Amino acid sequence: MYVPQIVGGLAITLGHFKRMLQGKTKVIMQYPEEKWDANLPPYYRGAPALVKDDKGRERCVACQLCEFICPPRAIRILPGELPGESKWAKVEKFPQQFDIDMTRCIYCGMCEEVCPEQAIFLRKDYAITGFSRDEMVHDKTKLYEIGGTLDGLVFKWNPLK
Amino acid sequence: MDRHPDFLKMGVLYSIDWYLIFTSLAKAVVVLGIVLTMVSYTVYAERRVSALIQDRLGPNRVGFPITLLGAKKDFSPILGGLGQPIADAMKLLIKEDFTPAHVKKFYYWIAPALGIGAVIVTLAVIPFGSTFLGDKMCIAPNVNVGPLFIFAFSSLGVYGIVLAGWSSNSKYPFLGSIRSSSQMISYELSLGLSVVPLFMILGKLDLGKIVDYQVTHGWLLIPITNGKIPSFAQVLLWFPIFVSFIIFTVSMFAETNRLPFDLPEAEQELVGGYHTEYSSMKFALFFLGEYAAMIAGSSLIVTLFLGGWHLPFIPDGSGAGGWEALHAIPAWVWGLVNIAVFFGKVAALLLFFIWVRWTLPRFRYDQLMRLGWIFFFEIALVNVFITALIIAVFPNF
Repeated sequence: MYVPQIVGGLAITLGHFKRMLQGKTKVIMQYPEEKWDANLPPYYRGAPALVKDDKGRERCVACQLCEFICPPRAIRILPGELPGESKWAKVEKFPQQFDIDMTRCIYCGMCEEVCPEQAIFLRKDYAITGFSRDEMVHDKTKLYEIGGTLDGLVFKWNPLK
Repeated sequence: MDRHPDFLKMGVLYSIDWYLIFTSLAKAVVVLGIVLTMVSYTVYAERRVSALIQDRLGPNRVGFPITLLGAKKDFSPILGGLGQPIADAMKLLIKEDFTPAHVKKFYYWIAPALGIGAVIVTLAVIPFGSTFLGDKMCIAPNVNVGPLFIFAFSSLGVYGIVLAGWSSNSKYPFLGSIRSSSQMISYELSLGLSVVPLFMILGKLDLGKIVDYQVTHGWLLIPITNGKIPSFAQVLLWFPIFVSFIIFTVSMFAETNRLPFDLPEAEQELVGGYHTEYSSMKFALFFLGEYAAMIAGSSLIVTLFLGGWHLPFIPDGSGAGGWEALHAIPAWVWGLVNIAVFFGKVAALLLFFIWVRWTLPRFRYDQLMRLGWIFFFEIALVNVFITALIIAVFPNF
């Protein structure tokens, strides 16, 4: 008969129950109050965002490679010419509009991989919420807000060009 | 005692026992209220206990809006989750009540009502307390076929499941209901047969009197609770009683479709079992009926084996028995204490039900039938004869 096994099983579950009640088992994180953000790896693929260089100039040249590579077609770019008095006018472009539809984004990171100017990166934001579809579309200001700045060589604003 | 007001003594109204009707109704409302509250909180306990057993926490978010009472935050670790059953019930009430086009409407609609109705009726004969203000705490006291009444109605409960499975006109509910009916019929047999030794010993079928017997002679399962040393025959009779307790309890698991006997609603094989096609409140009624059946079954086990509302040293509702020192407190307090003791015992058994559910895996179908027909049926039958033998040898136990 299987009575000893049943009793043994009951003892095991009771042990787990007791250890949980005494707080000895530590496997739970109360999510909105406690977060794991500090332990996210550097290669974590969160929300995609645009970055500026150390002088606060936008890096994106509106080449639209990310728009074309994006598998779910979440990115929409409206390219524009730089204003006339700039040194780089008629040389470089800039995005007049840059929208990422976060209801479509699959966080694959292909935009980051394809970008020749290192202008788009996947940041660590993962809790993207909104009350409507419009709220879920990140426009340029929002993207720069998430992105912040990134120091280093910038092809677009290269003075030797 | 003349308990009728003067204006009732004139005419035809006098022939009706208004007092009886009023008290019975009051008791029915109270019992139904307690049981339904217990059902929702059993579901909550099930979720919390299962979570703790599996090293999780379970629902601990839905609290009461204590910010209205001046607290800083709604989330509190103590009250957290206690609002969950209420939220669940409200969700089920306001959900769309969808009737699929392919069902047999009449039976589809009548099945949930049958399922829960049969269970709730069985609560009528269970004495859930001693006496309170001179009135027996049992909706229908002095029914001298108590257990038979309960068995009869709990087997009617099969109809709810069978009709639900058949009228859904869909294969998984149908398979679930077939399993359920065969399982319940098989285990009903050992359920009924296992308690026959009890009635041979007691010589009565009135549940109230069975509890009274246990108050004076000690609980059937623990015969020392009356403070006296049991006689040799009582010790000898304890063994058949223990066997019948085991069989009865396990059969009750099968009868209420609980794991390890939950084949009728084996989610992995049958989607949801007999209630796959049900939604909203009709589904909730099945759910409710299942847990109400657990409570009814536990109450029956408590009444038959664990002394009902009796606890050693606690006086009954008329202030008699127990410790002399406790007699100073008014008797109605003890009436309430007895009711609390009864439901406390039921709650303990329910926790045991939950504990077993989250420990044991499901039986295979042939193992289930084997256990029911080859082991329990035979053991219960032999148990009856052994009890008869003991009673024949020691007629004055």
